[in-house]
Amino acid sequence: MSDDRMEFEDRAEAVLSVFRRGAEFTKEILEDNQRLRAELNAVRSRHQNAAQDEGDWAKLREELCSRIDQLESERATIRQHLQSVESENQQFASRYVEIEEENNNLANLYVASYQLHSTLDPSEALKVILEIVINLIGAEIFCVYLHDPNDGGLRAVASEGAPVSHFPTIPSGEGFVGQSLLDGEVATRVLSGGGRGPVQGGEPTVSIPLRVDERPIGAIAIYSLLQQKSGFSALDQELFTLLAGHAATALFASQLYSQSERKLSTIQGFIDLLTS
Amino acid sequence: MANHRILIVEDSPTMRQLLVFALKRLKDVEVVEAQDGMDGLRKVTSDHFDLALVDINMPVMDGLKLISLIRGEDNLKEMPICVITTEGAQEDRDRALQLGANEYLTKPIQANNVLAVAKALLKRT
Repeated sequence: MSDDRMEFEDRAEAVLSVFRRGAEFTKEILEDNQRLRAELNAVRSRHQNAAQDEGDWAKLREELCSRIDQLESERATIRQHLQSVESENQQFASRYVEIEEENNNLANLYVASYQLHSTLDPSEALKVILEIVINLIGAEIFCVYLHDPNDGGLRAVASEGAPVSHFPTIPSGEGFVGQSLLDGEVATRVLSGGGRGPVQGGEPTVSIPLRVDERPIGAIAIYSLLQQKSGFSALDQELFTLLAGHAATALFASQLYSQSERKLSTIQGFIDLLTS
Repeated sequence: MANHRILIVEDSPTMRQLLVFALKRLKDVEVVEAQDGMDGLRKVTSDHFDLALVDINMPVMDGLKLISLIRGEDNLKEMPICVITTEGAQEDRDRALQLGANEYLTKPIQANNVLAVAKALLKRT
């Protein structure tokens, strides 16, 4: 009997607990409902009041127009600022392109100069000159002349695009190349029907005199360019100037070194002979 | 440790130096040089590269032969190859592309062109 009573009491407690929770929940809902009704009434009241008061509407309109003007003004300022930033960006972009190009050119000039002065062997120096004219300038047919101190003429010693024997010896001061060597100035000309080698009757379009302190060393004569190259750029002009000075120095120095090595070797031979 | 390794196969020391100069602007890139086709083949088959820049006219083995041998290797079929050459004729370009080159640049080169092509080809790897 007491077990039944206890069970009954437990169940009653559980039911009461459910009822209490339900009552609390209902109370919360009623409070929310009350609050929402109050807010709704307040909104209705404001709406009714606003609609009835013409002055308030005018004031509101005025405030809105003023705010619109302010925003328009801000927009115009921002747009102006944007345009000036865009213009500055474009300037930076153009300047970046210029600097990139300058960087490219400097890289070419640095490499050409480095390679020219990297050897004291005359044949290697000639090889470097050929590489620069082919790879950096883009010449297809050209020749390197060396000055002959005996008769003052120019003799072909290295070439590309045609055998060396095809390039004529140039008497002192004669012709396009000879004159450019006398003047000490790079000479360029546009030839109609140009781009042919000497055997085909072609004439050089560029002559780069190689001089060291007024002393003629030789010349580079370019007859034609690679087919993908349409003309000479500012970089090419810089390379011509570089070759005129540095290639001449490289050749001169390497020849001097080679001669002095030979003399040294001869003198050493004599000394060894005398002392043996 | 470099993220990418680039092989330059070019017989002209002047061109090699110029290409190295240009490619050094790429981040995390190691550049290896080969002076002819045979040297290039030895290097490319013994080590991993993400890109090869190949000249065509070279002693010992020319660039076209090198490209066809590279594409004959199973593990090198997908390696990007850019040809850099003096040969500007369309048929030379077509031939190189048929043999498996991905890009074809003609000399004289602009360093920023080489850089742009190298970046684009490295992105594929």
